[in-house]
Amino acid sequence: MAELTAERLDVDGLLADPGIRIVVCCGAGGVGKTTTAAALGLRAAEVHGRRTVVLTIDPARRLAQSMGLSELDNTPRQVKGIDAANGGELHAMMLDMKRTFDEVVQQHTTPQRAAEIFANPFYQAMSSTFAGTQEYMAMEKLGQLRATDEWDLIVVDTPPSRSALDFLDAPARLSRFLDGRMLRMLLAPARSGGRSMFSLVTASFGLFSRAVQKILGAQLLTDLSGFVAALDSMFGGFRQRADDTYRILQDPQTAFLVVAAPERDAVREAAYFAERLVTDRMPLAGLVLNRMHRSELATLSAEHSEKAADRLAAAGDQQVTVDALRIHAALMRQTEREVRVAATFTDAFPAVPAAAVAAQPADVHDVDGLRTIGALLAA
Amino acid sequence: MGEHVNRWPARLHVVTGKGGTGKTSVAAALALGLATGGRRTLLVEVEGRQGIAQLFDKAPLPYQELRIATVAGGGEVRALAVDAEEALLEYLDMFYHLGAAGRALRKVGAIDFATTIAPGLRDVLLTGKVKESTTRSHEGRRVYDAVVLDAPPTGRIGRFLNVTAETARLAKMGPIKTQSEGVASLLRSPITAVHVVTLLEEMPVQETLDAIAELDALRIPVGRIIVNATRPALLTGGKVTKADLRRGLAAAGLPADPAAVSGLAAEAKAYLTRHELEESLRADLAEVGRPTIELPLLPQGVDRAGLDELAARLMSA
Repeated sequence: MAELTAERLDVDGLLADPGIRIVVCCGAGGVGKTTTAAALGLRAAEVHGRRTVVLTIDPARRLAQSMGLSELDNTPRQVKGIDAANGGELHAMMLDMKRTFDEVVQQHTTPQRAAEIFANPFYQAMSSTFAGTQEYMAMEKLGQLRATDEWDLIVVDTPPSRSALDFLDAPARLSRFLDGRMLRMLLAPARSGGRSMFSLVTASFGLFSRAVQKILGAQLLTDLSGFVAALDSMFGGFRQRADDTYRILQDPQTAFLVVAAPERDAVREAAYFAERLVTDRMPLAGLVLNRMHRSELATLSAEHSEKAADRLAAAGDQQVTVDALRIHAALMRQTEREVRVAATFTDAFPAVPAAAVAAQPADVHDVDGLRTIGALLAA
Repeated sequence: MGEHVNRWPARLHVVTGKGGTGKTSVAAALALGLATGGRRTLLVEVEGRQGIAQLFDKAPLPYQELRIATVAGGGEVRALAVDAEEALLEYLDMFYHLGAAGRALRKVGAIDFATTIAPGLRDVLLTGKVKESTTRSHEGRRVYDAVVLDAPPTGRIGRFLNVTAETARLAKMGPIKTQSEGVASLLRSPITAVHVVTLLEEMPVQETLDAIAELDALRIPVGRIIVNATRPALLTGGKVTKADLRRGLAAAGLPADPAAVSGLAAEAKAYLTRHELEESLRADLAEVGRPTIELPLLPQGVDRAGLDELAARLMSA
């Protein structure tokens, strides 16, 4: 949009580039990340003829249905109804966190140990509610998709975390926890009998362990120690996987887009994320600003419009124009505010190109809607 | 002077809503409103976002009840940013006398560990803290006339408030068990009301309806639906013609060339489309049959004056 001070993001250039194999859409929740990811995937397939897969995390019901994402088998399926004239294909999937966790376990241990882990009540009840599991599994699934080399382009939606940085941080935290010395310190298995006891590393630890036992209860801790014993056979596999995928993110074949809306919180999250990408030497290709408003009559200022409306209202007979002028004034003020909020990012990161997408009258529910968004992104 | 309190009979107000609907602002406005007439309220947050500090333009809040606002008539609002790790340390100190040991263990990540392996434990500590502040008395009087909780969003609210299910896997006896039963009982009494904040947009409205259904199933009292950021209804006639606009612009002494008329007409049309969607969403919300309040959009952003405006609106509804 003309009003943004940033350079225009060349979305089509990005999607057409055979050297870009992964596009990651990051940002705060609620800014249209999933819609953006799906729209980019669709455009890559239809306009640029690429064999594309979109990994979504938590898509809205209707959009998920229209993309055929109701299948919960944790594997990509082809999306019907797309234009294949340029030789492209679009596949899509919704992340199944629990199943992905199972896949990681299966790939790192014997079938017998895997069966033990799957049967463990702690694993069943708790594994998907740990903080960071969704982020870890999203990265894991990305790693799996990339490793098959089946896709020309992978577009990744990221989980609706509390903070945009969780996508980068949570997997490492979780893998430290699962591979970690804390579990072992508190739950070292006894040498005989196979039942665990608390390891009394220090007097404090002993007291703490007993308090924790009282708080958490014997059943949970028995299940937990069984889980830990079975996990032992995975030899630091969790951390290894997380590290491998992190390296993929640092590769020049990966492009990050940070998605935001012109609201203070969303832009602040986008800025934290952009700073972090610079520190981690990960490539930030651009900013996508959804839900932007634009006036069709920028030459009439808010103030003039408001004053004219007041004059007409006093005169008494042009109610339609009075209202239209007030609507216009409000829109002009909104547009100005949005550009100001956007500037808090674009001023801090002048080298990051941006694409602005106009606010839509209703949510995007289907492939047609995604096509419209894709065209707006590339405009 | 006390009529506004009768409109908000609960003592614990849990404010939820989809992320981005203005939940924190509404919770703060409610806390301000309920403090009028010389009352004292507590505004609590439990997700470590420091949303309250940002809203009142203050430095990040420590784990301590601190006054953040005074209200005309001598009322005050205090704020508390609950931290789950601190709450667990406090708990270990109170029930197991593990004050210094607990703090030492925090350094090696043991406290983080305990709250990670048992997410239910985190939640029961947080809700336990909220209960404690709601029921706390000093010299025979309640310390707080009302507690307003800036709660987790609609996607998580059922799980967060369903303490007994969450702690079912934890110890079957002991202080945590007693705590969770006390919280469960408070949350299902008339002392509590859960208010759901929404915007007139599809996903927030859908999540509002889902959350209300979930809370009803849990027998947790639902208070009001609070529709935020609404705009005054314009063009109620529903029709806009270019001829009308041409006439009107000319009468106002503004340029009435085709480009100007088309531009204004396009904006008016977009407004009407938007308004139609909003009306249909209002109808969806009305079907649930809950008392509903609408709050105005604050175009200049949310500052103290804006919060006071919202507070006044909430108290008069």
